[in-house]
Amino acid sequence: MPQLDFTTPLTISQVIWGAIIFVVLYRLLSRNALPLVSSVLEERAAKISLDLDGARAAKARADAGVEEANAATMKARAEAQHAINAAVEEAKKAAAAQAEVLNARLEKQLADAEAQIAAARASAMKALRQVATDTAATVVTRLTGVSPEAGRLDGAIGSALSARGIA
Amino acid sequence: MAAEGSSSIDALGQFQLHPALGFIGGSVNFTQANLMMVISGIGVLALLWFGMRPRAMVPGRLQAAAELSYDTLLSMCLEQIGPEGRKYFPFVFTLFFFILFGNLLGVFPYFFTFTSHIAVTLALALLVFILVTTVAIQEHGWHFLSYFVPQGIPKVLLPLLVVIEVISYLSRIISLSVRLFANMMAGHVMLEVFGAFIIMLAGLGVLGYFPAGLSLALNTILIGFELLVAVLQAYVFAVLTCIYLHDAVHLH
Repeated sequence: MPQLDFTTPLTISQVIWGAIIFVVLYRLLSRNALPLVSSVLEERAAKISLDLDGARAAKARADAGVEEANAATMKARAEAQHAINAAVEEAKKAAAAQAEVLNARLEKQLADAEAQIAAARASAMKALRQVATDTAATVVTRLTGVSPEAGRLDGAIGSALSARGIA
Repeated sequence: MAAEGSSSIDALGQFQLHPALGFIGGSVNFTQANLMMVISGIGVLALLWFGMRPRAMVPGRLQAAAELSYDTLLSMCLEQIGPEGRKYFPFVFTLFFFILFGNLLGVFPYFFTFTSHIAVTLALALLVFILVTTVAIQEHGWHFLSYFVPQGIPKVLLPLLVVIEVISYLSRIISLSVRLFANMMAGHVMLEVFGAFIIMLAGLGVLGYFPAGLSLALNTILIGFELLVAVLQAYVFAVLTCIYLHDAVHLH
């Protein structure tokens, strides 16, 4: 087996050269090549985290904008509702005032009408007494042939009318 | 692993060492194994240097390969060793890619596989062993010796178990080096044998064509298998190094 042939110096010398090559390779890798890779990887990680932070900030800004818009909408809605309420209230008040004026006028007309009725009734009643007196005088005169004494007749009519509750 | 086409199969001749680089190499006993080591090292460095040169935010293929190799080895160190693994990451990285490129380049025809030499793998295993032991002594001082004393064991059995523990600790050198060496050598011997079969059987005339074709098919499959073994053995070597480092840092 050539691997165990120690008569040739090459079997040992390859190990010595191998050690030198390995050490040189280790140095180059650990001092140059691997830091190169790690620097690129770190750069990328830093960039990604920076971008993520930027995205997060943008999202926060957008959220704040949405919040603001919502608040503005709410406020506008509340103001509109308030204005509507005020208008409705005013209209109600105006309607109530109008109704009151109308009521007062109707009341007055009613009162006038009642007064007129009462006056008419009073005059009618007055006329009724006259008619009753005249009728009674005529009836008495026809029956008895004597015209009744005015004072007595008037008293009798008065008591009769008051007994019926008219005068 | 070039087949010579002689009548007898020379399966071991491929492992013969020769001086490389002509007269200069010959005068300092620089072998073709060392040349392959240099090529492997240049391969690793080229992968990282040319891969990382664009410094792109979104990596291309080569940069992705370089970053993936970095990430894989780093996560292996951190998972196996723990947070202290970052300290040993450059060593494990160098070890893994030195062996991986050596194994993979060895699969190419006419290329030499330096990991098929027990002297080389033994030196690597010794390096790991010495490093692990040094780390253990640095971290724990004399307390490191408690590693060889298992806990919860009857006092009568203790001397025996301590001896076993010491032997198993020392045998790490053998298992690490022989595993890699034997795997690489066996694969290359098989490739050589079947390669010689192809030429010998094809030389027999029409009768030999079918078995020669069969050998060729087998060799094709074997090459794929060798690629798997090349990666697997480099990985096993690196993982075991990490596990040993974990033991050294944490003692069990």
